[in-house]
Amino acid sequence: MAIHELGVKDLAERVRARELSASETVSAVFTRIKNVESTIQAFLHLDPDYARMRAQVIDQLPADELKNLPLAGVPIAVKDNMTTVSMPTTAGSKILSGFMSPYNATVVNRLEAAGAIIVGKTNLDEFAMGSSTEHSAYHTTCNPWDIRRVPGGSSGGSAAAVAAQMVPAALGSDTGGSIRQPASYCGVTGFKPTFGRISRYGLIAFASSLDQIGPLTRSVEDARLLYEVIAGHDPLDATSLPGELDVSRGPLPHWRDIRIGVPKEYDGEGIDPRVQERYHEVLAFLRDQGAQLVDLSLPHTRYAISAYYIIAPAEASSNLARFDGVRYGFRHPAADLLSMYETTRTEGFGSEVTRRILLGTHALSSGYYDAYYLKAQKVRTLIRQDFERAFDQVDVILTPTTPEVAFKFGEKSQDPLQMYLSDVFTVTANLAGIPGISTPAGLISDVPVGVQWLGPVLQEGRLLQIAQAFEQLWPSVPWPSVGGDL
Amino acid sequence: MRKYEVIIGLEVHVELKTRAKLFCGCSTEFGAEPNTHTCPVCLGMPGVLPVLNRQAVVYAIKAALALECTVHSYSKFDRKQYFYPDLPKAYQISQYDQPLAEHGHVPIFNDGAVVKTVGVRRIHLEEDAGKLNHLGQRLGDAKGSLVDLNRAGVPLIEIVSEPDMSSADEARLYLTELRNILSYLDISDLRMEEGSMRCDANVSLRPSGYTGSVEDLPRVEIKNVNSIRNVQRGIEFEIARQAEFLANGERIVKETRGFDDQSGRTYSQRSKEEANDYRYFPEPDLPPLVLSDVFVREVKDTLPPSTQALRQELRTAGVQPKDVEVILADHSALAFWRQATTLFGDARMVTNWMLSDLSRLLNTHGHSFATTPVSPEALVGLLNLIHRGTLSGRMAKEVLDNMYETQRSAEEIVKDLGMSQITDADAIKKVVEETVASHRPVVEDYLSGKEKALGFLVGQVMKKTKGQAKPDVVNKILKDVIREYAEKI
Repeated sequence: MAIHELGVKDLAERVRARELSASETVSAVFTRIKNVESTIQAFLHLDPDYARMRAQVIDQLPADELKNLPLAGVPIAVKDNMTTVSMPTTAGSKILSGFMSPYNATVVNRLEAAGAIIVGKTNLDEFAMGSSTEHSAYHTTCNPWDIRRVPGGSSGGSAAAVAAQMVPAALGSDTGGSIRQPASYCGVTGFKPTFGRISRYGLIAFASSLDQIGPLTRSVEDARLLYEVIAGHDPLDATSLPGELDVSRGPLPHWRDIRIGVPKEYDGEGIDPRVQERYHEVLAFLRDQGAQLVDLSLPHTRYAISAYYIIAPAEASSNLARFDGVRYGFRHPAADLLSMYETTRTEGFGSEVTRRILLGTHALSSGYYDAYYLKAQKVRTLIRQDFERAFDQVDVILTPTTPEVAFKFGEKSQDPLQMYLSDVFTVTANLAGIPGISTPAGLISDVPVGVQWLGPVLQEGRLLQIAQAFEQLWPSVPWPSVGGDL
Repeated sequence: MRKYEVIIGLEVHVELKTRAKLFCGCSTEFGAEPNTHTCPVCLGMPGVLPVLNRQAVVYAIKAALALECTVHSYSKFDRKQYFYPDLPKAYQISQYDQPLAEHGHVPIFNDGAVVKTVGVRRIHLEEDAGKLNHLGQRLGDAKGSLVDLNRAGVPLIEIVSEPDMSSADEARLYLTELRNILSYLDISDLRMEEGSMRCDANVSLRPSGYTGSVEDLPRVEIKNVNSIRNVQRGIEFEIARQAEFLANGERIVKETRGFDDQSGRTYSQRSKEEANDYRYFPEPDLPPLVLSDVFVREVKDTLPPSTQALRQELRTAGVQPKDVEVILADHSALAFWRQATTLFGDARMVTNWMLSDLSRLLNTHGHSFATTPVSPEALVGLLNLIHRGTLSGRMAKEVLDNMYETQRSAEEIVKDLGMSQITDADAIKKVVEETVASHRPVVEDYLSGKEKALGFLVGQVMKKTKGQAKPDVVNKILKDVIREYAEKI
């Protein structure tokens, strides 16, 4: 097995055992990147010099220090909406072109402290607003399974980089499905933990009450390894949760002990019949394994997209107000202050971001607040209560991750509403704050499809175990060959 | 009959003197080089998050309790949004519809008597903005503006009064008492000239016969006045201006006005109709502020005695009501007074010397009771000499001047200059006898009933003793000697 094909667990074990050096790993990864990145274009910044320097530091560590590093020598890509002092942080936006952050995001510090090596920053829809990575101000990213198709979004760069085996793992952020949807489109594992479980300090905010960082990997076990490094309370994030992580391990659960919730609102109208068929196959397979399938209803799901597209743009309109050209980033020169604000923001933001700022500004305007924002927050409470009731009956809820497989470039970029609907199965987890993970469930017409596992708040350990048990049973498919691949 | 009633409400911003800012660890110190007390958080860099400063919450609770407010066990933070270069995030984290505390009271005093009680509608916590330094004479022709974000994120409390004041004088008294109360909590510098205490005044006139609600009256807000005196002047001007409008049958517009220190006039800044829509919404980066009863009680236990208790203490000691207010208004004057009165029993005498002669010297030299060169101990040294009869009042004033300049003790000065009031009765008697012998006609006058004649004789004795004789002793001895003289003839 070539080095670039190894996952997080295998790489870290070999580096710790000094069977493989971090420098060799980095070198192999950059060779792979050189071969396929021109086709995929998953990255906005790559920094081989910094990665080599970090690798040398790890290779020179004394054995007793090295053996305590859970991610020793593991190359990792970070979505470009998390701040790094070593590389620019642009959030995929022109308004932050060339921006160098004076500080590292907490997750970046934690990864590096665990021995990981940040190799680059991945492409995304501008400020994580989008479902295809087509809204990046810099370039699009191709789906490694079919380069005519989008990788999903907004963490499309991270998903594509992992699927194209350029890196064994990447960090993404998930506000309405931005980790899970591209994971599904690219055939990788994408995990969004409970809101507050992973520090948001250094994550450029899109919608503060929904944003959550998480890993994209090639296995559930690898997702768990990253999660255990980056999760946990951070004094710099007042919304980060105190308390120990759920690190349930041990033998995987027996399916006969698992009650799987099957919500009717996630099955039916609006789903690609092939996706629906695969979902039913998975359910039937698990029932055959002994799992108890429980039909249930999450009745407020149908209001989720509406509530989400009030709350997320409202918070975004506020979070993005700081990009005013005064202190950092892009500034369009103008005669007076007001014109400077207007031209800087008009030139600096792309159309989707502008659309959401306008939506959000309107929703928060005097006279509209109660009808929009306040009502959406009430819907949010109802959605959370739906899940609380459901988890009284079941251990996990299984749904399709997305209503369809990866679409082709341009197919939806002219129709924002269609694009928004691709989040329909994922937004509820953000609104409810619960953890969710998308795992691959094979291919449909040569492109991947995923299923989504949702669990109760703070029960990440259990959720990961269930997802891993599925991963071990469900037939896996070979990784795609990418242009330039030999 | 008056044609209108004046309605005044005040919004006071007080900077809390916590060590660190409200949401980050930067220093709050005033007067540092621009942008040196900043970090990614208070600069509003991408990706940063606020973390609430516990000390600021404690200070705000102290203020709320001292102003007799109800401190809510649940309050929350909201974003107030507008674009301005001194506001790095383009929103201010404040508290909108669920403030920290509500329903307080401030009694206001005039010459020691309670005039009325002004309601405190609410107190909330928020962050300060930065400062713009305009390059040029005025904003209009400034070539540019420099942004200093040292102040951005400094904790503030906003204290909103009920519209309970009905004259500029009452507004002054409210501010004075508010400052008194807060000063004893030691939570703010309360310097209006440095901006650590700022006041906006809302002034409306209610025409007689108006039956609608006060809130619906066109309200004029006078912004950011830099002294209590100027708040009073601004309100006085505004009342007159609005009264003239009403008298001419014109409509008063709801607007924000500035105050010009030089002319004493207010001027229009912007009308409220074109005001910002701040698009408040709950701050998603901060959990709600939940305060337990135990915590609030613990803060309450650390409160110093109230100004009411201090007033009582001073009055019980015999200080005149008017003097009580003067001492209360100055934190260090009270400390001085207390120190002095523990060393010297006559509180009235301490008060008189503090507020007349020592205050005069302090004012002349630009000092205060905080920086006075004459300590309470030193003043008491002087008072002891008066009390023992060593110095007359007039002499003591001279000694105090000398003490102020040389910072020596009263006793040293008296000794060095050989100053001493003659208290030896025999020595005085000798001088008195000489005086009586050489002024027989005057003595006769006195004996025939002219009381004034005695004053002349006392004066003669004082002259001969160069003022060092104690007048009451002179008086007594003089009468004795004259009686002896009368008996002889």
